[in-house]
Amino acid sequence: MRWWERDPWLELAQVLLRNPFRTLLSSLGVGWGLFMILITVGASNGLEEGVKADMGNRVKNSAFLWGESTSLPYKGYARGRGIVLTTMDVAFLEENATTLEAVAPRNQLGGWRGGNNVTHGLKTAACGVYGDMPVYKDIDPIVIMEGRYINERDLEDRRKVAVIGKRVRQLLFDREEQVLGSHIQIQGVTFTVVGVYRSQQTGEDAEESENSIFTPYTTFNHAFHMGDRVGWLSLLIREDVPGDTAVAEVLRLLKAQKSVHPDDPRGFGHWSMAEMHEEMTTVFSAFRWVSFVFGGLALFAGVIGIMNIMLITIKERTRELGVRRALGATPANIVVQIMVETLTLTVLAGLVGGIFGVATLEALDAFLAASEDNGIFRHPHVTLDVLLTALGTMTVLGAFAGVLPALRALRVEPVEALRT
Amino acid sequence: MIDLLGITKTYTTGAQSLQVLKGVDLAVETGELVAIMGSSGSGKSTLLNILGLLDGYDEGMYRLDGKNMAQLTERRAAELRREMLGFVFQSFNLIGFKSAAENVALPLYYQKVPRKERLRRSHELLERVGLLEWADHLPSQMSGGQKQRVAIARALAAQPRVILADEPTGALDSTTSEEVMVLLKELNGDGMTMVVVTHEAEIAAECQRTIRLRDGLVETGAHV
Ligand SMILES: Nc1ncnc2c1ncn2[C@@H]1O[C@H](COP(=O)(O)OP(=O)(O)O)[C@@H](O)[C@H]1O
Ligand SMILES: [Mg+2]
Repeated sequence: MRWWERDPWLELAQVLLRNPFRTLLSSLGVGWGLFMILITVGASNGLEEGVKADMGNRVKNSAFLWGESTSLPYKGYARGRGIVLTTMDVAFLEENATTLEAVAPRNQLGGWRGGNNVTHGLKTAACGVYGDMPVYKDIDPIVIMEGRYINERDLEDRRKVAVIGKRVRQLLFDREEQVLGSHIQIQGVTFTVVGVYRSQQTGEDAEESENSIFTPYTTFNHAFHMGDRVGWLSLLIREDVPGDTAVAEVLRLLKAQKSVHPDDPRGFGHWSMAEMHEEMTTVFSAFRWVSFVFGGLALFAGVIGIMNIMLITIKERTRELGVRRALGATPANIVVQIMVETLTLTVLAGLVGGIFGVATLEALDAFLAASEDNGIFRHPHVTLDVLLTALGTMTVLGAFAGVLPALRALRVEPVEALRT
Repeated sequence: MIDLLGITKTYTTGAQSLQVLKGVDLAVETGELVAIMGSSGSGKSTLLNILGLLDGYDEGMYRLDGKNMAQLTERRAAELRREMLGFVFQSFNLIGFKSAAENVALPLYYQKVPRKERLRRSHELLERVGLLEWADHLPSQMSGGQKQRVAIARALAAQPRVILADEPTGALDSTTSEEVMVLLKELNGDGMTMVVVTHEAEIAAECQRTIRLRDGLVETGAHV
């Protein structure tokens, strides 16, 4: 067959439209299969995007590290020794770590479901209060709404200044009240508010994060008698270094510094955005594969349906095939005709299913974009390669489905077909 | 045009075998209109199918237009059918979902004649058989006589050398039978070689010669 010619296609249209209802029914399976693939892959993409967005615009190359008790004896120390990080360790890392952009020690008071610890006039609130370095803003980005963030001078002079979250402001201040320059008491210590921020995260995470107060690290340690103890370290990893490489280096350095056995799985705890992100990516790519496999099975079932219909059609068209043979159709003509019919039926059905699938995703996407609520599910979509893979799979399956009917059609003996 | 020598054909169904042709000798000259007669089951259709390269034979020799037809591949047989032979069947065998014009044009499709040219020729042929105004009708909208005339137009489409007709009037009443025979005779008048299988004496009487089959052998009329 020469595909650019009109006739084979007219021929095909005639064959398919002769029994339009059956054509429709038999194509339904393949259409449904493709629709399923696109919808499930699209939905899992939407979930992935939603979850990742919810993880925030937190910098992906950040990690957190803290001391824990050891699980191996080492250099005369018994196991179970508690490791406490100090400002010395921060300096040590700044000196020796090659994979880090910045190291920021942090300390915390109160926090999630803690008791009331902050007051302003007659109002009180329960907030997470942190001692922070100016660089922390680069590790967990926030948006300054009013005033400023903590700076080096605050740190050097141990100024009693605080940057409060949007939620803290709501809890402690009246709507019209001047916030910048006013005083709040944190566990009895008076701080001056120099800034208000909001989070870049969404949902519950944002609320939690906006219910915090940042103070200069040095002020915090002095005011709340922390000495040189460091609650935990925030690490900003160099862009060109994989997260786990950096964490491994820091662990190696700190283990040596704090006399922890190099093979001790404990001694330090850590959590990194990069690791989390990688895990998510793996989970969702598995998700996509599962979608593909199930959709593929649906597609396969659909293609078997088309093959069945084609086999029935061949039986019905025995006489027609015999006539064609008598009129000079070669076996190759017949094989090509049946293959093309099957393939076209499959591809048309798949395209319809695909168009419906993409349209449904688009509609859903538009609907979600229009609704303000940025939930865990956002921007459901399929990428071009998914679409092409699905269409390709379908085409291969369609060709496969054509083989048996074509062979059956070949077996039609012209004499048999024409016997009256 | 056609030469058969000692053609035999045996059908085997399961354990039973039936020798339908037991050594058929016959010759048809170019431009002849020949009838093949015989009682039902005497092997007329079998013989015509062999002539039409739709079926094989066991022994003997078949020469069509001087060329030996032994051991043809399916593909070669198809090529010869579309270049040399036109078929007319008792039950018309038009394709139901195609219009008269498309049915007539179908052999040309397999000859890779361009669509425009094909339709032009099919309309010409429909005019020739007096059915031009039926060109866009489906077979189901036509009478038996009309369908057979469309089938004859289709047999002519590829400009064959021989037309083979198996009981072309078998499904028609006597008036339409007569019309069809008139048409076939006209075509023969224009020089077309024709072999018409029939079991009706009136039809055979309109042909120039009758080949009579009995018990798998040619009884009379094997040669001019
Ligand atoms: N494919 C076949 N298999 C078995 N027997 C057949 C087959 N085709 C024809 N026959 C038998 O061969 C004999 C001749 O058939 P046919 O040529 O159709 O006769 P006619 O056309 O003269 O009526 C019949 O007895 C028929 O039953
Ligand atoms: Mg017969």
